Amino acid sequence: MDRENYAISMRGITKRFGEVVANDGICLDVRWGEILALLGENGSGKTTLMNMLSGIYQPDEGEIYEDGERIYIQSPRDAYANGIGMIHQHYKLVEVFTAAQNIILGLDDGKMDLRQTNARVKEICDRYGFDIDPTMKVYDMSVSQKQTVEIVKVLYRGAKILILDEPTAVLTPQETVKLFNVLRNMKADGKAIIIITHKLNEVMEVSDRVSVLRKGCYIGTVETAETSPQALTDMMVGHAVTLNIDRPKYDNPQRKFIVEHLTCVDAEGITRLDDVSFTANTGEILGIAGISGSGQKELLEAMTGLYPVKSGSIRFIDDAGEEVELVGKTPMQIRKTGVGMAFVPEDRLGMGLVGSMGMTGNMMLRSWKKGRGALLRKKDPEALANRILDELEVVTPSTDYPVRRLSGGNVQKVLVGREIAIQPAVLLTAYAVRGLDINTSYTIYRLLTEQKMKGVAVVYVGEDLDVLMELCDRILVLCGGAVSGIVDARKAGKDEIGLMMTSTSAKGEAR
Amino acid sequence: MREERTPFIRLAKRGSMDPRKIWLIRVSSIVIALILGFIPILLTGNNPIAAYGVIIDGSLSRPVYIRQTVKIAVPLLGCALAIAPCFKMRFWNIGGEGQITMGAVAATFFALNFAGTVPHVLLLIIMFLAAAIAGGIWAFIPAFFKAKWNTNETLFTLMMNYIAIGIVAWLQGGPWEGRKGSQLIPMFDDAARLPNVLGVHCGWILVLVLVVLMYFYMNKTKQGYEIAVIGDSANTARYAGMNVGWIIMRTMFISGAICGIVGFMTVSGANYTLYSGVANGVGFTSITVAWLSQLNSFAMIFISMMLAVLEKGANTLQTRMSVPASISDIITGILLFAMLSCEFFINYRMILRGKTKKEVEK
Repeated sequence: MDRENYAISMRGITKRFGEVVANDGICLDVRWGEILALLGENGSGKTTLMNMLSGIYQPDEGEIYEDGERIYIQSPRDAYANGIGMIHQHYKLVEVFTAAQNIILGLDDGKMDLRQTNARVKEICDRYGFDIDPTMKVYDMSVSQKQTVEIVKVLYRGAKILILDEPTAVLTPQETVKLFNVLRNMKADGKAIIIITHKLNEVMEVSDRVSVLRKGCYIGTVETAETSPQALTDMMVGHAVTLNIDRPKYDNPQRKFIVEHLTCVDAEGITRLDDVSFTANTGEILGIAGISGSGQKELLEAMTGLYPVKSGSIRFIDDAGEEVELVGKTPMQIRKTGVGMAFVPEDRLGMGLVGSMGMTGNMMLRSWKKGRGALLRKKDPEALANRILDELEVVTPSTDYPVRRLSGGNVQKVLVGREIAIQPAVLLTAYAVRGLDINTSYTIYRLLTEQKMKGVAVVYVGEDLDVLMELCDRILVLCGGAVSGIVDARKAGKDEIGLMMTSTSAKGEAR
Repeated sequence: MREERTPFIRLAKRGSMDPRKIWLIRVSSIVIALILGFIPILLTGNNPIAAYGVIIDGSLSRPVYIRQTVKIAVPLLGCALAIAPCFKMRFWNIGGEGQITMGAVAATFFALNFAGTVPHVLLLIIMFLAAAIAGGIWAFIPAFFKAKWNTNETLFTLMMNYIAIGIVAWLQGGPWEGRKGSQLIPMFDDAARLPNVLGVHCGWILVLVLVVLMYFYMNKTKQGYEIAVIGDSANTARYAGMNVGWIIMRTMFISGAICGIVGFMTVSGANYTLYSGVANGVGFTSITVAWLSQLNSFAMIFISMMLAVLEKGANTLQTRMSVPASISDIITGILLFAMLSCEFFINYRMILRGKTKKEVEK
């Protein structure tokens, strides 16, 4: 059997979460001394698959072989015993411990000899070209150094098979080069390495073979030398699927919202938005595509005054044609200037709604300041709650029933219903159909299109390219915080958008 | 496939529950706690039924006992009302003790210096306002640091308690010391004492008014709404255009001001003097009151009376049956445990191994 040639061979792996099939009969092989890239869009099941190798989940069906021998991995401890180590996207380090203390954390080989540990850590570092001081405290470390500690931790435990979940997402280009050199050294040492990523240029640069997943299914494996970014994109996004979303045309689109040279930097000094410029028009749905974390959240929050802007301009054009500058205003000030802006955030219960309150209490989020005096007015919100309940067919025992306990689709109906009820001029939505069933999704599409035909400038941040291409009029593609292009959704090809999402433009490289 | 072993007991989140059933669970948990309270009493070699009888007898059987019990309950209720909005906001103000003390200090300052010159009612009003402002400022300080630099409010408010107590200890032995070497602050002049109504200082009327006001504030006003939203999610509050830092500072000022008023009532209505133990643990016990009553103002009346009955009754228990008075603390602790665990059963259900999926979904 040829599976004996492989370090790890996963056969027919299926994993379900309730109704959702995260992995459907996936096969994956990795050889000793090679770097395998695992490629796929968000939600394609990459991390789930790897979590089954590292013992966090157990597969519902399927088999895992190591060196041709069947293994059972029921816990991270089992994974280590089999020489499998995973470096997660979010590091799991104790901040107040030193590198060496973190590395031996959880190992139970009798007594703890820190000096010996330090020596062994040094040895591992020298061998692969890592650069860390074992006695340094984790809270003093940069993100890249923390990652190094995670990798050394895994190697210290004798891992021969390493899994890295999007290791470059948090690194600067220089740090990425360094990481890739280390990976090549480990490969030369005969280790098997799986790297999860959706950056095509990195796949081409570092990997030997590429396996592609799409929507929980295994698409195929190709030799990196024999493929191209174009071919990989095709495998990753697949062919366009017709969804039959109604897309009427609005007669007279006008400019409504102008973003110019918008740059945002987060608390850690990482550039989240890089010189973003675009215009949103009335009677148009502007789609925003991109791998998650490319700056979508920051863009919408900056537009609503929730995210600090470093430089650039965000202007709203009011009915009289006057431009209103929004940068530097708080959300309340923006609302007071009469800018009708509705926002359906990604985190519905953590940002858009109050989970412990009922529909009425949540309607008040938009109107609680209304009216003079200190008293809260409940009458109008109550009426609005009842109207939304009827119109959008929200399933809830009463308008006072905590929305946290409603199903995902009903939660979203409450949120979208409230935002539409303020009769906005601009409607911003982030992942408006994430986690919703087909019917509710179509309800949301219909509502957004209705708003568009009323002359609202709608911004739709989405992850499903098929939906973006059928629902939107134009699509802005973000990559690494920068705009890599704006295309006409009626004409653009899926592969074209897919490529723009993944391949960093010349500008992105320079950053 | 390998055999998947399910745990013996699994927990699952409940859907909705009939409110009447929820209160039934809460009441029965109090009953269970009182029954569990039998154990420590049995360990001291006494009859638990008789002991509970003595507790009731010693706290409620005669008007004079009832007055003393109410006197214990008043500061508990007042301080529980004060910390309720903070807890609703998930700002863990455990500095009630210090805020009471600082309120008492401010009231005492006017009591000692203006008793002869300012008429009775006016002096009381000045003391009241001074106490409210002093308590408010004492609570505002940790809120300011929380809002600006996100410091940990639990530690901060706790530490502020010891500073306040230290200040009083210094005043006692220093500038405000009465007879040299006594380490005591002189007793208040009659002009600085709260009048009695029905045998208890009139603070009890004040806290009952506060109960209604606080209920109204939390449920009917914009500020109460803001507090509830922040308690659920600060991000949602920001999204709705609320200035979270400002609201935290404002709420803490209000909370501290009410604590300060409790301090004023304690020195002016009960002790007639100031000493470092003026707060007497009320700032902490009231956390129990607020929690047991689910931050409901009206439930706090009942809970604070219940704890006061336990405390007063336990003193009688000590003299009559030589059971240590700290038995009331033990029973209070058991009560708190029972109430907290009953919230767990309201939110979760236990599923024993072997039940099929269908049964579970029912």
